[in-house]
Amino acid sequence: MASWAQIMACLAAVLGFWLSGPARAQELVASLSTHRVLIGSNYTGAQIAVFGSVEREGRAVGRADPYDIIVTVIGPRQQLVVREKSHHGLLWLNDAQRKFADAPSFLASMTNRTVGEMGNADDARRLQVGLRNRLLPPSSVAQADPELLRFIDALIRLKAQDKLYQEIERGVTFLTPSLFRSGIVLPATAPTGNYEVFVELVSGAVSLARQQTSFEVVQIGFEQQVAWVARNWSMTYGLVTAIMALIFGWLATVIFRRD
Amino acid sequence: MQIYLPIAEMPISVLLILAMSAAVGFISGMFGIGGGFLMTPLLIFLGIPPAVAVATVTAQIAASSMTGALTYWRRRQLDLKLGGVLVAGGLIGTALGVLAFNAIRRAGQLDALIMLSYLGLFVAIGGMMLFESLKAMLIARAGTPVRLERAGQHPAWLKLPWRVRFYRSKLYASVWPILGFAALVGFIGAVLGIGGGFIMVPALLYLFRVPTAVVVGTSLFQILMTMTAATLFHAASNQSVDIVLAILLIIGGVVGAQFGTRAARNLKGESFRLLLALLLLAVGMRFASEAVIKPDEVFSITVQGAR
Repeated sequence: MASWAQIMACLAAVLGFWLSGPARAQELVASLSTHRVLIGSNYTGAQIAVFGSVEREGRAVGRADPYDIIVTVIGPRQQLVVREKSHHGLLWLNDAQRKFADAPSFLASMTNRTVGEMGNADDARRLQVGLRNRLLPPSSVAQADPELLRFIDALIRLKAQDKLYQEIERGVTFLTPSLFRSGIVLPATAPTGNYEVFVELVSGAVSLARQQTSFEVVQIGFEQQVAWVARNWSMTYGLVTAIMALIFGWLATVIFRRD
Repeated sequence: MQIYLPIAEMPISVLLILAMSAAVGFISGMFGIGGGFLMTPLLIFLGIPPAVAVATVTAQIAASSMTGALTYWRRRQLDLKLGGVLVAGGLIGTALGVLAFNAIRRAGQLDALIMLSYLGLFVAIGGMMLFESLKAMLIARAGTPVRLERAGQHPAWLKLPWRVRFYRSKLYASVWPILGFAALVGFIGAVLGIGGGFIMVPALLYLFRVPTAVVVGTSLFQILMTMTAATLFHAASNQSVDIVLAILLIIGGVVGAQFGTRAARNLKGESFRLLLALLLLAVGMRFASEAVIKPDEVFSITVQGAR
C-alpha cells in the first residue's frame, strides 16, 4: 500500500514541518503514509508507514536518557469470549470462560528497543507498553488476577496466530537522532472501521509527549455496494441470492443434460 | 487466485473453494443430503466467521439440491406429494426448533449439546445402516434377493387414519406419522444448524420403505424448500449471507451435484446404504476424536459482536 512516493511525500511533509516549526512547538510530530485503506476485490492486507520527528530543542537540560518511541495501533473494539476446555470424564468440554466487553480487534505495539531496555516491569505497566499491559485494565495493574492473566495470554496467543495482535520490539527505527519511522502491517482479516494510532515519546521511562492520529479501513466499489445492500435491503438481497441459487441449479441440469 | 469476500471481510482462494464445494456437491447429489454438516466446518476451518459460514452454505445447498431434485424429477424419481408432506412437517418442526435453540443458547451449553447430539446421531444412524447394508449384501451374495420395499407389509403405525397413496414411493400410509417425523427432523435440524437430510434419508428408507432412488429425489426436494427459506431468513435476520462466497460455492456445488446424481445411478441399493453409513460414521468419529483427544489449544475465542 505504502508506495515509495507516498513515503517520501510523507517524509517531506514531516521534515518541512519540523524545519519550519518554531522552536517552542510540540516535541513530537508524527504522521501516517495513508489515512484510508481501501478494500477492493484483490485486497490481501495493507502496510502503512508511520513517520515522525522529535523536537530536540524542547528537551530539558541535563537529561541523559535517550529518546524512546512507542507506537500503539488499536483497531475497532469487539465483544469477545475466551473459553477454556477442560477434561470431564472422557470428554474435553468448554468450561471456564472470560468475557472481554471491548477487546481491540487489532492491536499492535511497536518500540525502538526492547521493553526491558527502556525500563523495568513497573514502568512498562505504567506506560501500557506491550500487548499484555495494553489489555490489562489499569485499575488492577498492581495485583493482577492470575486467572485473568491466563485468559489474556490465551487471547494474545490466539490473535497473534492470525497476526491480529503484534508485539514488535525494535519495530521503530531512528533514521537520524530525531527522525523515526515504523510500519503497520495490516492482515487481510483485520476488520473495517477506525484504527487509532498512538505515538508516545518516552525518555528514562517518563512520558514526554504523546500524539494521536488514526486511519480508516473501508470497502470501496463493488464490495462496498454489496455490504450496503446486504445491510439496508436485506430481504431483497436474500431474494436475489436465493433466486440466483435456483437459477444456477437449473442451469447446471440444462448444461449437463444427457438423458 | 484470491478474491475478497465483502461480508466475511477476508480474502479467500477461489480454486480451493470451488474444489471443496464440488466435492460436497457430489456427495449431496449422490446421497440426497444437503452436505451442510461437511461444508460449514470446512469454511469455519478456513477462518470464515461461523455466522457467515452457516448462512452462506444454505444458498449453496439450495442450489445443489435444486439441480439434484430437477434431475431426479426428470427421471420420475421424485414424489412431489410425499415431498409436500415432508416440507409441511419440516416447517412446523423448524419453527419449534428455533425457539428451543434460543432457549438452549441462553442456558450456555450449546457447544456441548451440539457436539454430543451430532456424535449420537451420526454413530447411531451410521452404525445401524452399516450393519443392515452389510447383512443385505451378504444375503444378496448368497443368492436370495432382498428388497426393503416389500409391498403390503406396512407396520401398524402407517395404518392410522388419513391414509394416502403415494404412487411413486410405493407407499400407502397415514399422513400423521410422516408429518410427525418431518417435524422431528426439522426440529433437530434447526437446533443443530443443519438441513437434516442425513436423518431424513435413512428414515424414508427404513421406516417408510420408500425405494432408494425416490428417497434421494424426494429428500432433495424437501431440502430445496427448507434451504431456500433458510437463505431468506438468514439474509433478513442477521445479514450474514456473503453473495460472493455463495456464487463460488454454488458453481462448485451444482457441478459436483450433477456428477453425484450420475454416480448414484450406477449404485445398487445396498452399496448406497453402505457408503452413506460409512460417511456418517466417519463424520461421527471425527466429532468423537475432537471431544476425546486432548486438544493442542484448550482456549478458543468467540466474537459476540462489534461495538
